[in-house]
Amino acid sequence: MTKPRTNPLFHISKRKEITLRESASIRAGAILLALAACALVTTALTGENPIAVYGTMWHGAFGTTRKIWILLQNMALLLCVSLAVTPAFKMRFWNIGAEGQTLMGGLATAACMILLGDKLPNPVLIPLMFVLSCAAGAVWGGIPAVCKAKWGTNETLFTLMMNYVATQLVAYFVIVWEVPKGAGKIGIINQSTEAGWLPQLAGQKYLLNVLIVAVLTGLMYIYLSRSKQGYEIAVVGESERTARYVGIKVEKVIVRTMLLSGALCGLAGFLLVAGTDHTITTTIAGGRGFTAVMVSWLAGFNPLNMVLTSFLLVLLDRGAAEISTDFGLNHAFGDILTGIILFFIIGSEFFARYEIRFRKSAGKEG
Amino acid sequence: MDNNIPAISVRNITKSFGSVLANDQINLDIYRGEILALLGENGSGKTTLMNMLSGIYFPDDGQILIDGEPAVIAAPKDAYRFGIGMIHQHFKLVEVMTAAENIVLGLKEPGRLNLEAVGRKIQDICREYGFEVDPNQKVYDMSVSQKQTVEIVKALYRGADILILDEPTAVLTPQEAEKLFAVLRNMRAAGKAVVIITHKLHEVEEISDRVAVLNHGRFVGDVATRRTNAQEMTNMMVGHAVSLNIQRPDPVDPKPRIQVQGLTVRGADGVVKLEDVTFTANSGEILGIAGISGCGQKELLEAIAGLQKVDKGSIRYVEDNGSFCELIGKDPMEISAMGVALSFVPEDRLGMGLVGNMDLTDNMMLRSFRRGRGAFTDRRAPRKLAEDVVRELDVNTPSLSTPVRRLSGGNVQKVLVGREIASAPTVLLTAYAVRGLDIHSSHTIYNLINKQKQSGVAVVYVGEDLDVLLELCDRILVLCGGRVSGILDGRTATKNQVGLMMTTLGGAEDHD
Amino acid sequence: MFDLVSFIPRAVVQSIPLLYGATGETLTEKSGNLNLGIPGIMYVGGICGVIGAFLYEQSAGGQLDPLLAVAIPMTASLAGSALMGLLYCFLTVTLRANQNVTGLAMTTFGVGFGNFFGGSLIKLTGSEVPSIALSATSACFSAKLPFADSLGWFGKIFLSYGFLAYLAIFLALVTAYVLRHTRTGLHLRAVGENPATADAAGINITRYKYTATVIGSMIAGLGGLYYVMDYASGVWSNDAFGDRGWLAIALVIFTSWRPNVGIPAAILFGGLYILYLFVPTGMNLSVKELYKMLPYLVTIVVLVITSMRDKRENQPPASLGQAYFREDR
Repeated sequence: MTKPRTNPLFHISKRKEITLRESASIRAGAILLALAACALVTTALTGENPIAVYGTMWHGAFGTTRKIWILLQNMALLLCVSLAVTPAFKMRFWNIGAEGQTLMGGLATAACMILLGDKLPNPVLIPLMFVLSCAAGAVWGGIPAVCKAKWGTNETLFTLMMNYVATQLVAYFVIVWEVPKGAGKIGIINQSTEAGWLPQLAGQKYLLNVLIVAVLTGLMYIYLSRSKQGYEIAVVGESERTARYVGIKVEKVIVRTMLLSGALCGLAGFLLVAGTDHTITTTIAGGRGFTAVMVSWLAGFNPLNMVLTSFLLVLLDRGAAEISTDFGLNHAFGDILTGIILFFIIGSEFFARYEIRFRKSAGKEG
Repeated sequence: MDNNIPAISVRNITKSFGSVLANDQINLDIYRGEILALLGENGSGKTTLMNMLSGIYFPDDGQILIDGEPAVIAAPKDAYRFGIGMIHQHFKLVEVMTAAENIVLGLKEPGRLNLEAVGRKIQDICREYGFEVDPNQKVYDMSVSQKQTVEIVKALYRGADILILDEPTAVLTPQEAEKLFAVLRNMRAAGKAVVIITHKLHEVEEISDRVAVLNHGRFVGDVATRRTNAQEMTNMMVGHAVSLNIQRPDPVDPKPRIQVQGLTVRGADGVVKLEDVTFTANSGEILGIAGISGCGQKELLEAIAGLQKVDKGSIRYVEDNGSFCELIGKDPMEISAMGVALSFVPEDRLGMGLVGNMDLTDNMMLRSFRRGRGAFTDRRAPRKLAEDVVRELDVNTPSLSTPVRRLSGGNVQKVLVGREIASAPTVLLTAYAVRGLDIHSSHTIYNLINKQKQSGVAVVYVGEDLDVLLELCDRILVLCGGRVSGILDGRTATKNQVGLMMTTLGGAEDHD
Repeated sequence: MFDLVSFIPRAVVQSIPLLYGATGETLTEKSGNLNLGIPGIMYVGGICGVIGAFLYEQSAGGQLDPLLAVAIPMTASLAGSALMGLLYCFLTVTLRANQNVTGLAMTTFGVGFGNFFGGSLIKLTGSEVPSIALSATSACFSAKLPFADSLGWFGKIFLSYGFLAYLAIFLALVTAYVLRHTRTGLHLRAVGENPATADAAGINITRYKYTATVIGSMIAGLGGLYYVMDYASGVWSNDAFGDRGWLAIALVIFTSWRPNVGIPAAILFGGLYILYLFVPTGMNLSVKELYKMLPYLVTIVVLVITSMRDKRENQPPASLGQAYFREDR
């Protein structure tokens, strides 16, 4: 005979409902635990008092006006890419090609600045840059979408591959346009004329970027929650069958949404090249395309929450950068801390979605 | 094995899903050398109970005894160890694998994996009980009946001597069902315990030795099949003598509204789902559609609603003045753009008719969100509609902003039907509108449908409960294997007549 | 003329990290886990090997026992990548987190981990060496057969590699065999295709997912180890490993989840990766960058064509990327 087994001790089931308070406290708890874990790791590696370490982080993020502006600027760009990928995610289209779409946008901007910088005045040039970079991003996002709509091609893998095609394309043009010949990089474009540079508002280099993204956040929130297209995206994401049942053309929505998603990534590329860096490199997107996936997901695809999540991630990054310089550690230390915090938050989602019940009649049975 | 000790004894088993009590203190014995029919309406808890025997679910409370010994079945592999094999309604097969690979899946036989030897053993089993299986055929190339055969062989291959079949004939043609029954009788002769879940009385009578009845998650009783009759079983199944007392007002000025002519539809796999179907649905009348499940009802409704590709035939929408337009080749948007007010309550409520994660207001908007010219949605009208539906249909919901998946089945259906009739349709298609609903909710739905009929709507009602069809519908179209078996007058037709036409084209052959 | 005899060995050494990564990822994906953390795991595999070797070289003081010099870094590398695999499984299988998000977070973490220790190892251990150059350890890893050089072109093409290269090919063949011809492989494929069915058949989904993913991670981690110890001659430089991890994932798609096909395919990718060095482009360096695009373009074409042809066998495992919860209803 088989030996009798005891009943499982606990039982996991999906939560029916979660109050705002519960969900907020689960996430806050995760972040606190994560900070404690980070402190442990930091102390182990640097031998410093963890409180001092967090003080350094705080200083790195908010220490000077300049640092605050850098923080805001980084946050704006990350938020911009996150906003871009969100409509696609709401549709359950896993666009992890934001990196490439951003690069293509940046490439289009750089191309305009280099090729047309001395031919067109800024009021013509900048709108043209804007349109072309959105178009470039849209094309890059649209190609996988068309294949998904037509043949069901796996979009995660497709968009991922498109990133590297974009990288190499940029690498190609970097050498074509390199200054001086043989340098392997472009350097600051139109340094003397500032042709194609976004204007500074109130003497602040980054203010325009921040404002644009702030407006974009509001628009995206309204688009997703109030517009007919946003509603269609939600329905397609929840159930393609329901969408077809009410006459929504699923293929059309997929392509349209990815064009939008790609175009907004292109816009991020435009802001990066014309607004901040004034150059293009293969690494200019700086992994934001991937970080954006996490920002958007952590925020539950809500653009307003994304302000918080992007702030959190940028804060970590800036703070960790400060630790690295202060303690003479490698800059990659920030990635480790970001990773640890993400692991905790990702793990905590489980407790928001499931509940664990312990069995009353565990153990022996009559 | 001592025949007096049950192969399985179920003692006081209770299982609930959220607030729904699916099984309530159930007691049941299953013996070897016997075919037990587990009878009950949809949603009576038959499948839940059997899923606990096969380790898919774990009971909240109660006990299972195997051969008199307490047993814990925490996972499917425990069930196999006890010799319990279950054939699910939705086959548990890996499509890209061959029959043989599927059959040995999960087994820990000694030695290397030798698929040729497996194939030989499969052939032996097939010969013993009279199946046909090609061990090297990929599952995605198989017909439904072939897949079921693979499932049964799979259970036998791993030495199951307690075989549970969940509504096995639902997807089979009558000939295939006969073959299956022959196999089951062979198994009984070989001393195996067989449980067949069904809600078809004629199957119970034909195949089983004993019948156990569940009603609303409770065990009603069991009785030797030869000592009972259809009336008694029906009474046990529904709890009291069937007198549904559904109103049937007289048709109001019937005029042809939907004319279907020679409709032929093929499924995605190329199998003919509907063949040369011709009928007319009139305004102010309820046309019932009867048939065993999966014989073309879904395709028929979806073809009319513009969701199904049609091979041949025509579907005309006829206006009162006799002018008409063709619906085939149009999608739902184009149909409504032509001014055809067509509403459709699909079988899959949360997977098709509604969006489970959206709240009541947003679900009300599904049909109407395109209204208005701007780029933005107007939520005021849908919210008003949601309020009206909640009030008039007595929907039990915490608030309008509750996701509909949290509502109970009956309330979900009220929301869906409420939305569909709110658009003042001229044609209302419903599929299994009362499935899983309690008596009270069911009557709410019947009344709504009758009200639509009285206001001149052409109602097409696909149902599975013949008693309801006979009491509710003005005419009943019986489908058999995708073809029209006949169209009967709902007031004069008998249950026997309809049942016969469901299984035999035209009902000509005397079944009994 | 195109110099095949020198091209092939260079393509092969390029292919080995890809082959490790692809074999590991194929094994992982067959269990239904789309592990986008593989690039990070390969970094961790590499750096853990470096740490092990560094500590051993420091303590041995110049006199290395070849066996230990290989065994210590390898154990460290395997342990590091196994831990990463465990972490991924804990989050996605036990806690059912989103696989894409988890994978990307792991890549962030893993690459950061690699670069951090690569950049700070010397400072952290207070050593007095200018940079991490583990040439002694590397010599043990890249030791070739003594008579390989005397066999002319044959020796150059087939025998000029360190033992990890042959191990990569061996592991790819073993993985292919296990997936195709054994009970374990059958069960694993079922888990990736249809976990509900596998569960009903009595297969322990959680165990298979964990085992396949952890072993897959360990195999992928060896790719990082090979890169730094053999290909890069024991010199760690930050970000030098580059995007090979993603290329490995591309390779998985390219081969339609068949590790044995991965061997020639990896060599093809390796060849494409360095083709630009062999194509006469004259002074035009830029075109070389376009050549590096080839592996990705080819992968995209393969991905699109297989989805167009809709042949069931060539599709990704059906449940790829989805968490499994038995009582989902």
